[in-house]
Amino acid sequence: MRLPYWLSQHLAALRALLVLTVLLGIGYPLVMVAVAQLPGLKHAADGSPVVAPNGADAGSRLIGQPFADAHGQPLGQYFQSRPSAAGSGNGYDPTASGGSNLGPNSVVDPGPDKPSLLTLVCARSRSVGELEGVDGRRPYCTPEGVGAVLAVFHRNGITGPVTRAVSLNQRCPVPPFVATYQGVPVECAKAEEDYSRGIVTPVRGDAPANPAVPADAVTASASGLDPDISPAYARLQANRVAKARGTTVDTVLQLVDRHTTGRALGFLGEPAVNVLELNVDLDRKYPYRR
Amino acid sequence: MSTAGAGALFIASLAVALAVAYRPVGDYLYRVFTSRRHWRVERVIYRLVGVNPDGEQTWRMYARGVLAFSAVSVLALYALQRLQNHLWLSLGRPAVRPDQAWNTAASFVTNTNWQSYSGETAMGHLVQMAGLAVQNFASAAVGIAVAVALVRGFARSRTTEVGNFWVDLVRTCLRILLPVAVVGALVLISAGVVQSLSAGRDAHTLAGAAQHIPGGPVASQEIIKEFGTNGGGFYNANSAHPFENPTGWTNWIQVFLLLVIAFSLPRTFGRMVGDRRQGLAIAIIMAVLAVGSVVAVNAFQLAHQGTVPQAVGAATEGTEVRFGVPQSATFAAATTLTSTGAVDSMHDSYTALGGAGLTANMMLGEIAPGGTGSGLYGILVLAVITVFVAGLMVGRTPEYLSKKLSAREIKFASLYFLTTPALVLVGTAAAMSLTSARASMLNAGPHGLSEVLYAYTSAANNNGSAFAGLNANTTWYNTTLGAVMLLGRFAPMVFVLGLAGSLAAQRPVPASAGTLKTYQPLFVGMVVGIVLIAIALTYLPALALGPLAEGL
Repeated sequence: MRLPYWLSQHLAALRALLVLTVLLGIGYPLVMVAVAQLPGLKHAADGSPVVAPNGADAGSRLIGQPFADAHGQPLGQYFQSRPSAAGSGNGYDPTASGGSNLGPNSVVDPGPDKPSLLTLVCARSRSVGELEGVDGRRPYCTPEGVGAVLAVFHRNGITGPVTRAVSLNQRCPVPPFVATYQGVPVECAKAEEDYSRGIVTPVRGDAPANPAVPADAVTASASGLDPDISPAYARLQANRVAKARGTTVDTVLQLVDRHTTGRALGFLGEPAVNVLELNVDLDRKYPYRR
Repeated sequence: MSTAGAGALFIASLAVALAVAYRPVGDYLYRVFTSRRHWRVERVIYRLVGVNPDGEQTWRMYARGVLAFSAVSVLALYALQRLQNHLWLSLGRPAVRPDQAWNTAASFVTNTNWQSYSGETAMGHLVQMAGLAVQNFASAAVGIAVAVALVRGFARSRTTEVGNFWVDLVRTCLRILLPVAVVGALVLISAGVVQSLSAGRDAHTLAGAAQHIPGGPVASQEIIKEFGTNGGGFYNANSAHPFENPTGWTNWIQVFLLLVIAFSLPRTFGRMVGDRRQGLAIAIIMAVLAVGSVVAVNAFQLAHQGTVPQAVGAATEGTEVRFGVPQSATFAAATTLTSTGAVDSMHDSYTALGGAGLTANMMLGEIAPGGTGSGLYGILVLAVITVFVAGLMVGRTPEYLSKKLSAREIKFASLYFLTTPALVLVGTAAAMSLTSARASMLNAGPHGLSEVLYAYTSAANNNGSAFAGLNANTTWYNTTLGAVMLLGRFAPMVFVLGLAGSLAAQRPVPASAGTLKTYQPLFVGMVVGIVLIAIALTYLPALALGPLAEGL
C-alpha cells in the first residue's frame, strides 16, 4: 500500500525526531555526564563545591552567598557580596536566579515597600558608607538614602513658571531634602495624592562625582548569584574585616590579592575577588572570636 | 589596562578570530552540503527514517518536509512538558501549564528560545536534555537547511530540485553541530560549567543559612545553545549564571560560537554559486552592520546615560563583575544581531539608548550575521531587494547571480520582508490596547512600552532575549508570542523556499556590461543603506515612543 505523500512526510518527520532525540537528547548528554566523571573534570562538573574549615559543605566557588544574618544585617567579620535580586530576603537564592530588571530611569518609588532602582542604590550606598566608615553620598540621592526626585508642576502644563514641587520619594511627614525649588517651597508626598501631572525631575545635589562606595557595591548583578566583587569594593572592606578579626589590614589585603583573579590573557573579563573563597580562607587563618 | 581598553581588545580579538575562521569553516560547510558520500551512521538513520537520501525534492516537497518536521517537533515537545511529572528525571516538578508548554514548544522549535518559564524551577532534566536541547540542534539545522536550499536555487538552473531536506538536516546535526558540541562541552566543564544528572545539593552558607546548589546536564546544553544561536538558558539567568558562563574567557568563547556559523556561511554561499567574491561581499555587509552596532552599544553603556547609571557612576545594574560593562555589552549586541537571545547581562537595565540599540539589532531582521542559516537567507533576500531597487533606478530588469528578478521573485522577497514588521507592530499594538497585558510591565512610562515592543520584536525575529521585567508568563503573552514566533519563523521560510524554487527553474542570463557587480564595495554600501532605510522607515515611530523618548 502506498501512503499519501503528506502522511508519509509526517511519519518520516516523527521517525527523524525520535532518532535525533535518542542520539542528541539522550546519548550525547549522557556521554558528556560520563566523561565529566574523569578526575580532572569531576570537581567542576559537580558544581565546584567549597568546604568550610569545620568540614561542612559551604556551597560553591561559583555561586555567591549573602554574609548577613537572618535580619539582613551584614556580619562584620566577613567580606560582603554585592546586592542580589535572586529570591527574597538576602537574595542569592539559586532557585530564583535573575536580576532586578529595573531600568535606568526607575526613579520614583511605586510604593513605600516597593523602592525604585534609584532609591535602592541610594539606600545601599548610605548603608555601605556607614558600615565601612566612608562617605556614602551619591548624586541624585538624599542624605537619608532615597532618590532625590521632584514632581515639578508648571502653570501651563509643561511650560511656564513653576507653581508647585513635591519630593516624590519622601512620604509626609518626612521633611523634603530641599526647602525650595526655583523659588517654590517643596512639599513632602502624601500617599493619597496623584502627582502624575508633574514632571519627574531628579535633583543632582552636591555629592562628589566619584563616590567612595564602588558601583558594584550598590547594584545587583544579572544572575543574582555573582560570586565576585570588584577589587575596589574588597579593599574598601579590608579595614573593617581586619578589625573584627583582630589582625592587620595588610594581612587581610594580602589575602584579598590572593583571591583576586585578573583578566585571562590580560584582556578577557574584569579583575574580580571571589568572596566565598576569601571568607573561607579568613575563617581558616584568622578565626573570628566574638 | 582600562576596562574600556580591555573591552576594545575583546571586540578586536573576536573580529580577528571570525576572520580567521571564515575560510576553513565556510569551506567545511561547503563540503558537507555538496558531498555525495553518506557516512555509514547516516545511512542507518536514513533507513530508520525511511527516506531515500539520494532523491532530491522540489521546493514544495522541501517546504513540506520542513513544516512536517517542525509540526511534529512542536507536538512532541508540548507533550513532553505536559507529561514530565510522569517521566524519569522530573525532579518532582509538576506538568508545565498548557499555555506555557505551548509557548515553550513554539519557542524552541523556531530557534527563538524565548523563555516564559524559569529553568531552575519549571523544567526537569529530561525535558531539558531530551526536549529542549534536541531542538537546539534541530532548529539550528532546519535554519541552515533552508539557507542551503536557497543557495542551491541561485547555483542551479533549469531544475525543479533544491536538495533533500532530510539529508541537510541530518548532516548539519552530525557533521557540524555535534562535533563542536562535544569538544566545547568539555572545555566549558573544565571552566566550571556543571554537567550531572543530580537534582542539586543543600549547602550551608558561612552565615548559617541554607542554600540549594543546583545540578543538571548544563554544559552539553550550554554549548549548543550558543553554537546553534538558540539562546535558551538552562537556568533563568541564562549566560549570566556562573554555572553556565563562569569566567571572562568562557564569555569570549560563547560570543565567538554564536557568531561563527552565521559569519562563515557566506563563504559556503560563495563557493556554491562558484564565485567567492559574492560570499565575501555578503560577509562584509554583515560585518559593517555588526561592528557598527557593537561599537554603538558599547559606547552607550560606557557613557551610562540616565539618572540611575549617573547616580551609580556606571551602568553596572544587571551585569556581572567577572564580565564587566563593555564585554557584557558586546555579548548583548552579538546575541541580538544573531538570533541567539542568550544574555550575560540584563537588557532591561541597560541605558535607554543601549537598549534601543539592542532592539534595533533584532529589527534589522537578524541578518548581521543573523541566526544559523536564517541570517544568510535573510540577507540574501535583502540583497535581492537591493538589486531590484538598483534596477528600478537605471530602468532595466534586475538580475542577481545571473538570475532574473522578475515579479514572482520580488513578490516572495517582499512577502518575506513584510512578515516580521507586521507581526511586531500588530502584536505590540494589540498588547498595549489591553489593560491586562499592560499590567505585565515592570517599569513605568516609555520604558514599559520598550519592554512590550522588545518582547514582540524578539519573538517575531526568533531572537528570544527579553527585557525581562515584563511578566510574560500570562495566558495572553504565552499564547500570542507563541503564535508570533511560529509565523515569524515558518512564513518567511516558505517564502524563501518559494524563491529558491523559482530561481532554480530559471535559465541563467549571461552577464553584460550593464549587470550590477554584486561583489563590489558599491553594492555592499547599497545593501547596508537599503537595510538601514527600510528598517528605519518601518520601526522609527515605535522606537520613538519607547527607548528614544526615554533616552533623548
